[in-house]
Amino acid sequence: MDLERTGVLITGGGRGLGAALGASLARHGARVALVARSAQELDATVARIRSEGGEAHAIAADVGDKESVYPIAGAAQALVGPVAIVIHAASTLGAVPLPPLLDAACEDFERTLAVNLVGPFRITKALVGAMVLSGRGLVIVISSDAAVNGHPGWGMYGASKAALDQLARVWAAELEGTGVRVLAIDPGEMNTRMYHDAVPGADPATLTDPAVVAERIALVIEEAEQIPTGSRLLVSEQLPSTLERRARS
Amino acid sequence: MTPARWPRAEPRDERLLVLDAANGRIADARLGELGRWLEPGDLLVVNDAATLPASLNAVGPGGEPLEVRLAGPIEDGRARAVLFGAGDWHTPTEHRPPPPRLAVGEIVRIGGALVGTIENVSDLSARLVRLRLSVRDANRTPSDSRAGSDNGNETVPNGQSPARAADDALWTALYRVGRPVQYSYLANDLPLWEVQTHYGGRPWAVEMPSAGRPLSWSLLSELAARGIALASLTHAAGLSATGDAALDSALPLPERYEIPAATLAAVARAKERGSRVIAIGTSVVRALEGFALRRSRVPHSDTHLAAAVEGDTETQAIDLDMGVNSTVHVDGDASARECLEPARGVTHLVIGPGFAPAIVDGLLTGMHEPGTSHWALMRAFVPADLLDASYRRAEEAGYLAHEFGDSCLILGAQSRLSGAALARLGAATGLVSCSP
Repeated sequence: MDLERTGVLITGGGRGLGAALGASLARHGARVALVARSAQELDATVARIRSEGGEAHAIAADVGDKESVYPIAGAAQALVGPVAIVIHAASTLGAVPLPPLLDAACEDFERTLAVNLVGPFRITKALVGAMVLSGRGLVIVISSDAAVNGHPGWGMYGASKAALDQLARVWAAELEGTGVRVLAIDPGEMNTRMYHDAVPGADPATLTDPAVVAERIALVIEEAEQIPTGSRLLVSEQLPSTLERRARS
Repeated sequence: MTPARWPRAEPRDERLLVLDAANGRIADARLGELGRWLEPGDLLVVNDAATLPASLNAVGPGGEPLEVRLAGPIEDGRARAVLFGAGDWHTPTEHRPPPPRLAVGEIVRIGGALVGTIENVSDLSARLVRLRLSVRDANRTPSDSRAGSDNGNETVPNGQSPARAADDALWTALYRVGRPVQYSYLANDLPLWEVQTHYGGRPWAVEMPSAGRPLSWSLLSELAARGIALASLTHAAGLSATGDAALDSALPLPERYEIPAATLAAVARAKERGSRVIAIGTSVVRALEGFALRRSRVPHSDTHLAAAVEGDTETQAIDLDMGVNSTVHVDGDASARECLEPARGVTHLVIGPGFAPAIVDGLLTGMHEPGTSHWALMRAFVPADLLDASYRRAEEAGYLAHEFGDSCLILGAQSRLSGAALARLGAATGLVSCSP
């Protein structure tokens, strides 16, 4: 999918992978709307992208809040035009230090599902109808290894991400033939504040820079038509072979 | 007719009145049966404008409460707005007290977050103004951050251009303080999600393009499976009432539209195969017919001439002197390149009895009260006696009116441009060369 002048909405855009994606996609020519709860982090990220000549906009909102959905979708489309790509990068771990499920508070689990699962569902629902009418669109959910493996402590987060993967598969099946594609992407272990919150004392040298992952995701977007909709990609390990060649070159 | 006081749970069960202008037949059906009345090849055109939170509580220069109701989309930080006096939606619009008379340069404070500066007051009514919107800076006297004159850098992060920072803050603030336009017949406060269609995109509409409200994706998919085509345009649907007789009689005000090249191509293909173009909502009729009028080289700014050409005594010209024409460019000469671009414009066209539609063959719309501009538009498709008879029959049958009410499908009104005529028009304008 061509990113030049394309409207993109990225949640979790204040820091980490979301912010790196904003910078990367703006460098590829996209018009980027970033959503995050913290206006301060968001403004700093947006200012950085603009100082590089990219187009970025800040929408301070909580994706876990039902009331925020149309304000996010409306402001984004007012600022960047029709949104053709939405990337759900906002996530919460639920609680830190990561508790075993026996100690996990139900309220924390509900909040985790609201941010990681129901929020992406609502925002997708608010944006995909217009994408279908235009015959073009891409929805990316950011998943995790915790969605497929049973790591102790990652229960709330992992369950939300497994459900998010499944949501993506069903969206993909239902949107087959409309021109709107849906992908789940596992970015691997990245050097982000969230990872350090989850794994205190992790060695940054063993973690991937989110900017590197963001650049690989930009490549996936540009070649999205070559990837079966509904796919789940592990971008830190291996891209589909055609992409891998481009990534290496 | 009784208004629907709240959105109903199952739009498929809502009533659908079907009028056939060709043979005078009237049928009573359910919205879920829409497909029964359509044929493979028919093209449905929807308005994909999302609905703005256009109702803003404000305080005037003298501290008096008022409502600022956006009357058009926000462009470059500016919007047309209608002012209402104190009170809220519980009072019917026409019974609301008049707003204070404001002059150019005066300021209204909106929801503690925005400032609106009056840039223009319409000759038509002092309630109709153009506002420049800016984010309120609590530490300073109201100022326009986009002008960048006295707003300094302290509210603008390093590296951001002031205009862009102001845009982001403006939209965030608008959605925080604004609510959708409310209606006096409602049971409760309408939240923003109740006034969105299933396919809304850019927030251009100040009231919901409500004809499309009951169209779920499962219904649209069923229609698509039967070979009924779907296309979209974006039209800045305006206010349905202003509480000012002079202004109400001038509705609809000039409205902005954008028709994607793919939709122009779909219209051309439908005409070429002899299929019908069915507008979902009066705003779609206005956009397509406004476009056709433009393309048939009737000077756009002179709707009196348009009325003469159309033989329409009720079409009115409105010059609001609001500068809308100067801010939105209408596509000029035809060229192959143009087909890659959407057709953009502002339509002044007011459609009423005697108007002969050039493109639109059918219309799905709501149940509108006689005397409204929507009713007048329906008269372009249906003779008065049939429309009156059908309205009476629907009322007796318990149909519900207004934004969340039942629907009316008008068929049998042959558009003026045949496939061949559209092809000739298209050849002159590049429309048909958009077609693959």
